[in-house]
Amino acid sequence: MAKMATREAYGKALAQLIVEDKKIVVLDADLSKSTKTADAKAVCPERHFNVGIAEGNMMGVAAGLASCGNTVFASSFAMFATGRAYEQVRNSIGYTHLNVKICATHAGITLGEDGASHQSIEDIALMRAIPGMIVIQPCDDIETKQVIQAISKVNGPCYVRLGRSAVDTVNNEEYVFELGKGSVLRKGNDITLIATGMMVQQALLAANTLSEHGVEVSVINIHTIKPLDESLILEYAMKSKLVVTCEEHSKFGGLGSAVAETLSKNYPVKMAMVAVNDTFGESGTPNALIEKYGLTAKDIVKTVLESI
Amino acid sequence: MLSNQELAKIAKRVRRNIIKMVTDAKSGHIGGAFSATEIAVSLYFNEMNITKENLNNLSRDKFVLSKGHASALLFAVLSEKGFLPEEELLTFRKINSRLQGHPNMNYVQGVDMSTGSLGQGLSTAVGMALSYKIHNEDFRVYSVVGDGESEEGQIWEAAMAAAHFKLDNLCAVLDMNGLQIDGDVTVVMNPFPLDEKFKAFGWHVICVDGHDYDQLHDAYAEARTVKGKPTMIIAKTVKGKGVSFMENDYMWHGVAPSAEQAEAALKELED
Repeated sequence: MAKMATREAYGKALAQLIVEDKKIVVLDADLSKSTKTADAKAVCPERHFNVGIAEGNMMGVAAGLASCGNTVFASSFAMFATGRAYEQVRNSIGYTHLNVKICATHAGITLGEDGASHQSIEDIALMRAIPGMIVIQPCDDIETKQVIQAISKVNGPCYVRLGRSAVDTVNNEEYVFELGKGSVLRKGNDITLIATGMMVQQALLAANTLSEHGVEVSVINIHTIKPLDESLILEYAMKSKLVVTCEEHSKFGGLGSAVAETLSKNYPVKMAMVAVNDTFGESGTPNALIEKYGLTAKDIVKTVLESI
Repeated sequence: MLSNQELAKIAKRVRRNIIKMVTDAKSGHIGGAFSATEIAVSLYFNEMNITKENLNNLSRDKFVLSKGHASALLFAVLSEKGFLPEEELLTFRKINSRLQGHPNMNYVQGVDMSTGSLGQGLSTAVGMALSYKIHNEDFRVYSVVGDGESEEGQIWEAAMAAAHFKLDNLCAVLDMNGLQIDGDVTVVMNPFPLDEKFKAFGWHVICVDGHDYDQLHDAYAEARTVKGKPTMIIAKTVKGKGVSFMENDYMWHGVAPSAEQAEAALKELED
């Protein structure tokens, strides 16, 4: 199976788009080699700007550029794009509803060795709470490419959550990304796993193991966390004994919360969440971290078997 | 170009409208609106090319009120320009109004950026000026920043970026009225010397009396001749300028006048 980090796919997609679309301007805050916007800079240096280590200013500059008709991609690590610059994103980009695409990389704990200071596990909660903000987390390279193409055509603020580490490609070349529409990757009648980002791969692995245990699960990839595909989630919840959400994010305010908000209102069903507990991460390899913090296929299997 | 007498008449009407708006809303910021009145009036009437005809253009001269709490000033000036019906001014800060406590660009044509959270406006002005450089568009960007506002770190991030990107199409005016909500800026958190700081950040700095139209016009003209760097006009102003009992008193930063005080203020602002 092919393997690529979603940030790599972002860099490649953006480098292609910036040449095609003269309205695209890219901003980065001294992390362009890590966020991969350096790829866009290599082909179009005249519309790529490094603002230095000043994420708050970057978001304001992005808003100003967008107000003059540019489609702005602003990148940094998720920690700084959504944490350090939260209020600039909220007021200069969210409240204004300007055309800025915040494409943040190194999200979650699989950022690895840099440790908890750099591991963003609250960013989905923060961005989801901003009125009008679209929140997307692609699961692989094929989806990422299409996400970047799609949001470049959407007029308004978007947050795209990308990972540092290489992940398996789950979608094939025929895959068509549709903003706001969840993607059903596997169908099973007992239980529904709703996953986002790198947890989609873990959910698919868990589904195989569960099948061996005689438990048939559906796996839905929720790439668009906001607006949430409520009708798809409801449709699958109605035919499941249990809904389990899987995300590389805090249990507070992320995909699990979003799904619970919908189900509690429309169709209360038993739910469990596989996510990071109320704790900070630490340094370690991505694999060691997902094991310690309970984000592996094994943890999903265990959660399902304990919950039914 | 309007004459200084004509500008003075407009400024008086603007100040009268600000008193009426804030009094009627029982809320708003008069002191910092009055300190920047000559700056805003001279920019809108004699410097920037912003007209009814080009108002909806994404690209044109732009104005960012970085000290967004002076919103009453912006709305009163937009009304003088004919972009906003004068009768609407009394909806300021009330429910269902387009005239929010701090300006919203999506509600009012002519508000070029939503501001209010201090420190953020100047960064957006940098973005606008950068856009005109990228696309070789011959427009200018203006921004009014407060001296208290310059305590925000983001102002200095923006200052660094504007100089780094050589944005000579950006002209900011620093409304140096010396006061902020909690008192004298030098007591609360001294941001001075602002002229030397902006010079050190790579800006062309001009110091003027912010209530003197000739000095303001000369500074705007000088800024147009500067190549390769942004210009900061440090304008010494008086908070509450124009109403004797409001001048240089930080108590008038964000307090609405009583009916009697409003009447006395309007009397002082008669033609």
